[in-house]
Amino acid sequence: MSLSTILMTVFSTTLIYAAPLIFTALGGTFSERSGVVNVGLEGMMIVGAFSSTVFNLSFGNVFGAGTPWLSLLVGGIFGLLFSLLHAVATVTYRADHIISGTVLNLMAPALCVFLTRIFYNGKGQTPVIDQSMGNFTFPGLTNIPLLGKILFTRTSLIAYLAILVGGASWFFLYRTNIGLRLRSVGENPTAADTLGINVAKYRYMGVLISGALGGIGGAVMAQSITLNFSASTISGQGFMALAAMIFGKWNPMGATGAAVFFGLAQSLPIIGGYIPILSHVDSVWFQIAPYAITIVVLVVFLGKAVAPAADGQNYIKGK
Amino acid sequence: MEKDVVQMKNITKKFGNYKANDDISLELKQGEILALLGENGAGKSTLMGMLSGLLKPTSGEIVINGKSVKMENPRDAKTLGIGMVHQHFMLIPAFSVLENIILGDEPLKAGHINYKQAAKDIALLAGKYHLKIDLSAKVADITVGMQQRVEIMKALYRKANIFIFDEPTAALTPQEIDQLMKIMRALSDEGKSIVFITHKLKEIKEVADRCVVIRMGKVIDSVKVAETREEALAEMMVGHKINFAVDKKETNKKETIFKIDKLNVEAHGQLKIKNLDLTVHSGEIVGVAGVDGNGQSELIEAITGLRKIKTGIVVLNGKKIQHQSARKIAEAGVGCIPEDRQNVGLILPLTISENLVLKSYYKKPVSNKGFLNYKKINEDGRQLIKNFDIRSQSEKELVGDLSGGNQQKVIVAREISAQPELLIAANPTRGVDIGAIEYIHEKIIEQRNAGRGVLLVSFELEEILKLSDRVVVMHEGQIVGEIDPRDTSSEELGMLMAGKQLAE
Amino acid sequence: MLHSRSMKGLAVPLISIAAGFIIGAVLMLIFGYDPIQNYQNLLIGSLGDVYSIGETLRNMTPLILTALGFAVSSKAGFFNIGGPGQYLMGWFGSIVFALSFSNLPTWFLIVGSLMCGAFFGGIWSFIAGFLRAYFGTSEVITTIMLNYIALYFVNFAVKNWLASKGSDSSPNIAKRASLNTEFLQKLTNNSTFNWGFFIALIMVVVIWIYFNKTRSGFEVRSVGLNEAASLYAGINVKRTIVVAMLVSGLLAGVGGAIDGLGNFQNISVSNNLPSVGFNGMAVALLAAENPIGIIFAALLFSALQIGGLSISVYSNTPSEIVDIVIASIIFFVGIKYIFKVALARNWGKRRRKTTNGGADK
Repeated sequence: MSLSTILMTVFSTTLIYAAPLIFTALGGTFSERSGVVNVGLEGMMIVGAFSSTVFNLSFGNVFGAGTPWLSLLVGGIFGLLFSLLHAVATVTYRADHIISGTVLNLMAPALCVFLTRIFYNGKGQTPVIDQSMGNFTFPGLTNIPLLGKILFTRTSLIAYLAILVGGASWFFLYRTNIGLRLRSVGENPTAADTLGINVAKYRYMGVLISGALGGIGGAVMAQSITLNFSASTISGQGFMALAAMIFGKWNPMGATGAAVFFGLAQSLPIIGGYIPILSHVDSVWFQIAPYAITIVVLVVFLGKAVAPAADGQNYIKGK
Repeated sequence: MEKDVVQMKNITKKFGNYKANDDISLELKQGEILALLGENGAGKSTLMGMLSGLLKPTSGEIVINGKSVKMENPRDAKTLGIGMVHQHFMLIPAFSVLENIILGDEPLKAGHINYKQAAKDIALLAGKYHLKIDLSAKVADITVGMQQRVEIMKALYRKANIFIFDEPTAALTPQEIDQLMKIMRALSDEGKSIVFITHKLKEIKEVADRCVVIRMGKVIDSVKVAETREEALAEMMVGHKINFAVDKKETNKKETIFKIDKLNVEAHGQLKIKNLDLTVHSGEIVGVAGVDGNGQSELIEAITGLRKIKTGIVVLNGKKIQHQSARKIAEAGVGCIPEDRQNVGLILPLTISENLVLKSYYKKPVSNKGFLNYKKINEDGRQLIKNFDIRSQSEKELVGDLSGGNQQKVIVAREISAQPELLIAANPTRGVDIGAIEYIHEKIIEQRNAGRGVLLVSFELEEILKLSDRVVVMHEGQIVGEIDPRDTSSEELGMLMAGKQLAE
Repeated sequence: MLHSRSMKGLAVPLISIAAGFIIGAVLMLIFGYDPIQNYQNLLIGSLGDVYSIGETLRNMTPLILTALGFAVSSKAGFFNIGGPGQYLMGWFGSIVFALSFSNLPTWFLIVGSLMCGAFFGGIWSFIAGFLRAYFGTSEVITTIMLNYIALYFVNFAVKNWLASKGSDSSPNIAKRASLNTEFLQKLTNNSTFNWGFFIALIMVVVIWIYFNKTRSGFEVRSVGLNEAASLYAGINVKRTIVVAMLVSGLLAGVGGAIDGLGNFQNISVSNNLPSVGFNGMAVALLAAENPIGIIFAALLFSALQIGGLSISVYSNTPSEIVDIVIASIIFFVGIKYIFKVALARNWGKRRRKTTNGGADK
């Protein structure tokens, strides 16, 4: 294999694995920026993966090649609905955020596999979808010498979209008034309240956006990687996304970058085999490397990450 | 006669069965500065909470500009032109000054915040009212005085006509207080009306037109400031005559108990203490005066072992105690009443008796082979509760459930019962009621009279001047002067604190 | 007064449990299953005979330990999601020891294997605790990462070092090393119930004493409640963090070792992290991190899991219904604020009176 082909493979595999993490990590950022800790990202992804797969299987013959894209939307909607549970529990009923998040992680696989068994004759997994999200070659851009092949040929369109969403999220949080207010309730809800900002409203917003993005993240996983739904479709990606969010210091751009890094790391064991020098190394090291590197990078370069000041604190209004 | 902009009629506010405000009525006229005087817990903040939309009255009526209003939230108060400058600033440290000011009322341009426009509008207001603020700085990095100006600007930006200042001078230097008084007068000259919550009589005399005194939730009187003496105001506030004098025995300064030599301490990569020398003798209270942020916290942290010392020597009773752990230093005989009672001095969710052994739990007889003797802990707790007059239900009550004054007494009991050679007291009476203040002052003087050393760090100049035998002034990490409290006024002290030399 | 307070303490979990079962029943009705029949099967399947009881108790054993582990770190103020990895390392460590030193006398073999498991689990959490204490590294990230490192490392080690070529499982440990003895098998009609259960109960008592009676436990609680105040009080906060995280991992490691020695008798390659690690978190949260409460929470959790198996045996109801019930119960525990508001009408008034009577005036 030529160098450019190897690079292309590395790049596209990285993006494929990064896409679900980017969406979900961005989701986590919205929630925690508004002050609601979200360890339930895994659960939101599961719901997104399940609902998108069911939609794809049911309407694949109606919408054809557009189905996976519509499925993402469906995953986002159901992720949002599911996250309502977290919002109600934490914002309205003052539940501990960790407990509520854990409930999402317990509830999602239980409910989704339960429904899978009901919808698909008692089996614990769905059939494989016909209309999946394949790779994409950017017309035109692919002709750019060298870079065209590496960056824009047979690559993951959804990952590019995810990165765009990352940029948009940054703009939203740091340049719009709604973003400023959303962040303010995550930093000092009492101060925000004295300025007439409805703390509950913005926290609901943060959690629901995180549900939608987490749902899309899970849907991307199902539509482009696993291609069906079972209990193991989402196995830890939600937690990886949580880690990416912290790694990225609760900043959308940081989270996006961290998610891409994790994507690269996850693709290592897959591409390791293609790269001549690395093909002799036992695959276990590739599997372990991303996680170990993350720890080392964190220890050596980043130190203590600082969460939004009121992250995890319930806001109780004076009577 | 000017018209009333605010009328509060027969306001009662209950929390559960507790009446925080009991049938209170008051009026505020246009352009007037009205002082609201009362002790901590008298119900001043509750009353103003209702005027600013944070709380709802249980009964009674609020009339603004002649119209009866029912405020559901602070936004309603804002719409009515009411702006509150909170005692504990309602600011977001992670945001810039500009962001803090516009939050909730952001000017927009094409879907995003028009920061330029906002900065221009604010600069205009700042010029008009002489409010010096740095819009691009992070709130976490600016001084307390500037934070307060940001709070005032927040209200101005929202076109407030009625200002409520809740204990605005608590954390300010004399110079900053002067500046604030000027701003308040400028506001009133522009026709804006001000309610000024305080328990400092001097400031009332200086700036207010009228004064309403409340005690235990009720209005005691409403008086013209110009016609009333300070002593009379004080008596109305507490309900009995106050003894301003303290009982200090003459002691002859004896040997040096504590000595710091050429101390240098860094914080966040900056040198916060520079070549500092300090001595405390037995039977002496040394007051450390200074504006907040001039290295006082770092000095205390360095002495007590919570912060690394770069260079220098710290000696207690002839023994070097620098570069040791906090525990070793405490064992050597340094006690400390910390500045931040709730976050540093106590663990609120633990019981009173557990908090009382927080510094000695590991020693015999409380701890034996790694196990704790709770019977002993609680017995000792009961004893200290009695000795130090801590008002509580039992020694097993959580410290977080106690009042501020009693929480402070828990700390005082713990630190003094350990019989330290040197007691460091940092703002020991901040935010506690007058009864507890007197008690804590007594205890500090007892230490001195018993021949121990006391280092008193306080932002309350009157406290420093009243208690200290000797006062040193800290400025930018150095001791810039030493004065005799008996013949120095707080104005002169203020000059030194601001870094100026006294003209002889 | 005390009476009403403890009643109130129990009321929240009891109401939550009832509400969780109601949610499950409603869901079953919606999809045309018979909730009464299923709940009956659940009860019989989990506690109906000595065999089921044995299975339920065996299943709750590692849950108790991973929950205790989570509770210890949580009391110190840390969110240790590393239970799965620590449990897995403990399981691995116990099997490695049992296989490597199979010639040791029985007692040494068993105690050695357990300790080796605890040690492996402890190392795993120690790393996170050390990095947190001395570098400020988020324990949330490190424990997540260490989970995966444990998973891939153990898979690799089992395949390359323990299993014979082509196999995905290690050989079984010697009968002597097993915690599952003939006596217990006879007693419980050949269930997998083993002595590990009693070890877990002992650990509960030990941890209860640790928190409530020991110096180190006091330090852990202090640091968890207020780090700044602990520093000021002279507590060695960094060491305390490391100790708490270490104890946390030791417990999860013992959980893994007990499952290895008592239940599985070997270790196999696995695609996913063991769910018992995450479930321990849920158990601890259900029990509000109270060691004694953890026993009951683990019993409930385990009975539902074991009973759930027979639901799908005797009907076509998906057994996941019990997981939904579990999640619902914890959800209701989480939003206990609602119940508190409701209960306050009865109990709250009485309490407030006494509070005001003694308040400082």
